Amino acid sequence: MSDLFERAFEMNRRNFIKASIASSALFMTVKSYAMGKTPPKGRVVVVGGGYAGTTAAKYIRMWSMGGIEVVVVEPSSQFVSCPMSNLVLGGSKSIHDLTFGYDLVKKNHGLTWVQDGVVAVNTHDKKVIMQRGELSYDRLIIASGIDFIYDDLPMLAGADAQQKVPHAWKAGWQTVNLRQQLEAMADGGVFVMHIPKLPYRCPPGPYERVCQVASYFKVYKPKSKIIVLDANAEIVSKKGLFAKAWSTQYAGMIDYRPNSAIEKLDLASKTIHTEFEQVTADVLNVIPPQRAGKPAQIADLLEEDYPWCEVDFLTYESKRARDVHVIGDSVASGLPKSAHMATSQARVCASAIVELMQGRLPDPAPVFANTCYSFVNDKEAMHVANVYRYDAAKKIMVSADGGGVSLAPSEKEGSYAAAWANNIWSDVLT
Amino acid sequence: MNPFIIRLILISSVAAPVLGIAAEDIVTSAHPAHIPTLAASCSACHGTLGNAVKSGSVVDATPLAGESDVYLEQRLLDFRAGTRESTVMHHHAKGLTPEEIHQLALFFSRQEPEVRVAPTPQKLKAVNHE
Repeated sequence: MSDLFERAFEMNRRNFIKASIASSALFMTVKSYAMGKTPPKGRVVVVGGGYAGTTAAKYIRMWSMGGIEVVVVEPSSQFVSCPMSNLVLGGSKSIHDLTFGYDLVKKNHGLTWVQDGVVAVNTHDKKVIMQRGELSYDRLIIASGIDFIYDDLPMLAGADAQQKVPHAWKAGWQTVNLRQQLEAMADGGVFVMHIPKLPYRCPPGPYERVCQVASYFKVYKPKSKIIVLDANAEIVSKKGLFAKAWSTQYAGMIDYRPNSAIEKLDLASKTIHTEFEQVTADVLNVIPPQRAGKPAQIADLLEEDYPWCEVDFLTYESKRARDVHVIGDSVASGLPKSAHMATSQARVCASAIVELMQGRLPDPAPVFANTCYSFVNDKEAMHVANVYRYDAAKKIMVSADGGGVSLAPSEKEGSYAAAWANNIWSDVLT
Repeated sequence: MNPFIIRLILISSVAAPVLGIAAEDIVTSAHPAHIPTLAASCSACHGTLGNAVKSGSVVDATPLAGESDVYLEQRLLDFRAGTRESTVMHHHAKGLTPEEIHQLALFFSRQEPEVRVAPTPQKLKAVNHE
């Protein structure tokens, strides 16, 4: 450990101890928070401060009555929400409306926060090695989100190429870049978007993005066209609802082409070659295929033949490493990779860790919910909502009966979608 | 409504078979962590421990903390039976067992209502973000 890091860490520790004394006292008085009589002990390191990681960190502190020390390792100093970020492309939101700090969640729950990147994980000695130091853990949570696979798209791997053809699939400056390109495009131009095969982050996201770009074009560039090249055989989420929104609200503007995987990409001319045709764009958005994020790769948690992480769905413990848990988009769950899903997995994992660290068995039949809204314009949204229950025979989470989608998008649901965002941000970040 | 009538509706809703859920296949977990963890899953819309953020938008999610357990249970059972109109709640209620609905209603009724805020947005820093 470098001296600088050690000092910073020691200061953090002292603050943390102060905070944890204060928060333990608080939690002891609120019995309904607590699941056990005596607080468990030990240290959990959480790698990743997105929806999943931050939620797990907070709930472990809450449910362990402040007994378990939680250290979050996250390279970024800000949280940028992917949900709602397509609205930046439509023009009704700014990226600065979706960017938050971690101050409140750190302070309110006595989290130790290390702003650093993970370079190695030693699961044998139970250590996380970062650029500026190392941490030992009793249990490790990897909440590493997604990483892009450029094996078949090597021309897009560099920063310069992504400046020209952004993915904008992790909310941030690429989202802003794509919006600026749409603003700079002449009326009558062509926006081309490529969607990878499932599984990828946010199944309805690409189709919502089409709606958002179309809603912008409809008002400001009505002669423009959108070509959607989808590697999938059909719209993979809220199909009927999206198809209807495109044909009624954006008639004649959207040209949807299924089974259209990229075979070749010419960056200079922004031309995509598929098996059947070639398409040239004025503004090009390629969403690359995805796999579990880098920290999960570093810790060797991906399957040999499938680039996601297999877990035990009662605890989210990795099938490849003891005392290492994986949550959020990195998990091979067969379920939609959404923010609500990530937080639901995080809470089941947090609950199981608190139980295990008290020497008890976790809940043998967890149940959780997922709600996901998509905006078809600046005001109207529609949902898909499901409860998922643990199936003891299959040992996976399965969709309970009764789930489903909206009958039609509405402004009322747009309002609920905004409430969803405010509440999930409040739950994750305060 | 008269509490007696509420109880009556409640009992009849539980007893009536609800199509679409194979209730006999589902054994509700009695683990002490089951309900608090399930309840936490509601926080995406209803806030931490049922304390929904007041956003001032046209419609807001209902705060659940400190609400009457009888009221909450009846609402959920009505959503589950499809007798009360909703946007998403019928999808959620139908995935829960009557026992989970009963326990969730009790859990939220026992939470101390508190004011929750959404975090304040800030300017995205000009660092090299992916």
